[in-house]
Amino acid sequence: MKYLEIEYISVIAGFLLLMVGLWGIISQKNIIKMIISFSIIDTSIHLLLVAIGYIRNRTAPIIDSAVNKSDAADLVTDPVPQALVLTAIVIGVGITALLLTYALKLFRQNRSLDINQYNSLKW
Amino acid sequence: MKILKNSLLLVVIGSMTWMMSMLYKDYDSRTELNDTASYYAEKGPDETGAANLVTSVVVTYRGLDTLGEVTILFLTAAIIGLLLRTEKGSSLVPHRASSEFLITAAKVLIPMITLLGVYIFINGHLTPGGGFQGGAVLASTFILLLISISNKKIGHRVLEYTEAISGFSFLLIGILGIILASGFLDNHILPMGKFGALLSAGSIPVIYSLIGLKVGAELSTIILELNQIQGKEDEIS
Repeated sequence: MKYLEIEYISVIAGFLLLMVGLWGIISQKNIIKMIISFSIIDTSIHLLLVAIGYIRNRTAPIIDSAVNKSDAADLVTDPVPQALVLTAIVIGVGITALLLTYALKLFRQNRSLDINQYNSLKW
Repeated sequence: MKILKNSLLLVVIGSMTWMMSMLYKDYDSRTELNDTASYYAEKGPDETGAANLVTSVVVTYRGLDTLGEVTILFLTAAIIGLLLRTEKGSSLVPHRASSEFLITAAKVLIPMITLLGVYIFINGHLTPGGGFQGGAVLASTFILLLISISNKKIGHRVLEYTEAISGFSFLLIGILGIILASGFLDNHILPMGKFGALLSAGSIPVIYSLIGLKVGAELSTIILELNQIQGKEDEIS
């Protein structure tokens, strides 16, 4: 059964988390809950990227006693998505901190975290 | 109105689900590395001298992207500092004093966690880990420090200098690569050393240590800013 392998499960879990996060961003009224939904989307994309770079029965892209320098290309998983996720996690932290800061700023101005209270840009 | 909203939501989520299912249908697990990845796997260890291929990608092949990313993190910390600047003259409410347990545990744990963070980023080219992970561990030490000695003021100055000096040195090492080796951020400016040793892979350990210090200082600055605001909000309510 091919769909029970780890990379298929990871990809489908990534897509499901992406949908959960999208639903949260669209339907939730509380700004903090929207930020949490954003973080869920962030995590789902990390999961998807790593799953796409994964190759079955291969090991981590580190040259050591398990992987020789000469046949590394046949033994390791893809290092590029892992490097991308490494950077994406850090940027995700930064963006979440910025979102929380804006939420705090809004809360100090209007004493409310309900998104319906902020309609000055609405037509 | 409510029905309209919910049906719109359903349409958006439904169409996204359809798109994702199409993507999933086309997804097939990989059995081979693509050309770029197999180049990195074959040539990476010899060209960069780093045992960890992810590190060779992050610091050398895609070093410019990492520089940009560290800049983004700096920008985030700067914007948060700008937005949450405490007004002059507003005094912070002293927090409740920390318990004896917390203070003692922090005294024991802070040196060890700092050591772990430094270990992670110095060994970034040999073992899993690197500057970003080590920097995050260093920032977690800072959280422990903040909650255990919360009623004392912690100066921004040290963090600012660490951040500025490490960022500047990162750039300087990159420019030295143009002068002494073949290009920007080339790691051959220092002797390559024996493959797998701590002091090997040219300038990779140096760059990753600088990234670790920079990331640690930036995350600590963000935490410090948010923590100061927490004191102010207590004052209002």
